[in-house]
Amino acid sequence: MSPTLDDIAPLEIEAGTLQSHHSELPEKGFRWVLLLSLAIALLTLAALLAFILVSGAPRFNLQLFTNMPSIRLPEIAGAQSAITGTIWVIVTTAVISLPVGIMAAVYLEEYGNPNGRFHRLVEINIQNLAAVPSIVYGILGLGVIARALALGQTVITAALTLSLLILPIIIISTREAIRAVPQSIRFGSMALGATKWQTIWKQVLPAATPGTATGAILALSRAIGEAAPLLLLGAVTFITFNPNGLMSSYTVMPIQIYNWVSQSRDAFHVLAAALCIVLLLLLLLMNGAAIFLRNKYQKRW
Amino acid sequence: MNNTRIKWGVAVMMTGGALTLAACGGQQSGGSGTSGGASGAVAVDGSSTVAPLTSVAAELFQAQNSGVNVTVGTSGTGGGFEKFCRGETAMNDASRPIEAEEKAACEQGGVKYAPLTVANDALTVVVSKENTWAKCLTTEQLKKIWEPKSQINNWNQVDSTFPDEKLTLFGPGTDSGTFDYFTDVINGEEGASRTDYTPSEDDNVVVQGVSGSKGGMGYFGYTYYEENTDKVNAVQIDSGNGCVTPSPESVQDKSYTPLGRPLFVYPSIQALGSNAAFASFLTYYVENDASIAEQAKFIPLNDQQKTELNSAFQKALSEAGVSGSSPAAS
Repeated sequence: MSPTLDDIAPLEIEAGTLQSHHSELPEKGFRWVLLLSLAIALLTLAALLAFILVSGAPRFNLQLFTNMPSIRLPEIAGAQSAITGTIWVIVTTAVISLPVGIMAAVYLEEYGNPNGRFHRLVEINIQNLAAVPSIVYGILGLGVIARALALGQTVITAALTLSLLILPIIIISTREAIRAVPQSIRFGSMALGATKWQTIWKQVLPAATPGTATGAILALSRAIGEAAPLLLLGAVTFITFNPNGLMSSYTVMPIQIYNWVSQSRDAFHVLAAALCIVLLLLLLLMNGAAIFLRNKYQKRW
Repeated sequence: MNNTRIKWGVAVMMTGGALTLAACGGQQSGGSGTSGGASGAVAVDGSSTVAPLTSVAAELFQAQNSGVNVTVGTSGTGGGFEKFCRGETAMNDASRPIEAEEKAACEQGGVKYAPLTVANDALTVVVSKENTWAKCLTTEQLKKIWEPKSQINNWNQVDSTFPDEKLTLFGPGTDSGTFDYFTDVINGEEGASRTDYTPSEDDNVVVQGVSGSKGGMGYFGYTYYEENTDKVNAVQIDSGNGCVTPSPESVQDKSYTPLGRPLFVYPSIQALGSNAAFASFLTYYVENDASIAEQAKFIPLNDQQKTELNSAFQKALSEAGVSGSSPAAS
């Protein structure tokens, strides 16, 4: 015989039964597990920063910026060629990748037919390209840009390769920014008689600038920290002059750090840590700029 | 509207970047005032073991000839030869002689070269400072430890008089010329090695590993041992004629066998003939080889090797059609 409602009801309301199903332990435990995960991430970062700051501090001085690398005299060696090399490579990368990436994104968002087969194919490929390991771009750069196009081991080769590496990131973030601009802005502009080009140039792009700039800066900071593709391209590890043009040999900070870390003398390890500080400060500055741009100019529609 | 401000911001950032670049360019042209005779670019790549030596040569040479830009890459002996044989570099640093495959590649690329021995190295087998028993090992014992599929995991398996201590092995990665050389002379076949050791392309990691474990053992170039004598002990090597300590002397008189090895540079004959800056750089390198080796903390050549170097260099010069020794920098 099945129990009636009267048989069951008093049992359910009986004191303590509800509690037994919701014991305190898992609730608290889960919270602690979450906190622990957070602590692991933060403590690792803190330990890394502390280690670099402590080991690099003795050589974090002006000589690092004014002197060239030296194998003979690590005590006064600097990283000027690596720092100027990084600036050359990154500025060139920005000049190449930003216009191309932004224009590609505008096409995909404003002109392409989002349901077309071609459009979807391109979209999937861009997503995939963003996940390709950077060393693969190095192989591409070496085979195609350095050798087939005969550009050699130069600043322009590095910039083109890094541009390929960060283009997917720029395209994706610019598309997000453009998509965030409400349709009403476009309709309003067109209703007032503006052409499609005028609408994009005068309304959509300016409104999307904070998002675009944030994405671009983050993409460029990724390019600054890359060593793997440039190692393949033959960014030379010992160079005692600043680049003087796009066809010049170069080295960059991550490569210089890599080179110093593998030297036998301790003085070079200190130098490497000091250059790490410079690299970290530069990245901090760029990420700070990205956050600043986003907060200051972001519009709430 | 904020857009104008953003545009200005971007414009200011770009101008800033351009100015920075201009400033950096300016510093360089400012530096070339005190130039010596030669000017031009010289690209060197190859072994990371030899790179410090060539870098010191480049440093000293450029101090006198600031019009010359010498770059030294570290793609490894093999990676460097690949570029060298395509004619992409003027010279390759090598920690072992050129191999048949690379010879063929150079032939195909039409690159002629001359091997020059520029310094010596002693592959040094190191153990922990706490290791009081392994003062001297025979090459057979080394082979027993390092050969492929070796089952030796305890020091008492190496020699029954050694204590019961776990053997922990560290060594270079398989891309390194040091690995090639060690496996060749100890295990009898290049590249043949047991694989259950901790490999690292960074010799400092080997130093850390060996110094941190009582039964640790590893091997690397002499410079790394010299810089870390306070952390690890070098093992004497007995190849049949008694125990020999790795040292500049034992390498120079060739008693430290088979782990003493010469280090090479392979200049391209074509580059020597067509690139005046390279010719004067190499001349400087060869003429000042002893002092360069000393400053880079390498083991210098012995007298016989010096004579050989000079005659090999003169031969290379005449092959390249460069008239005799023309010390543009001295």
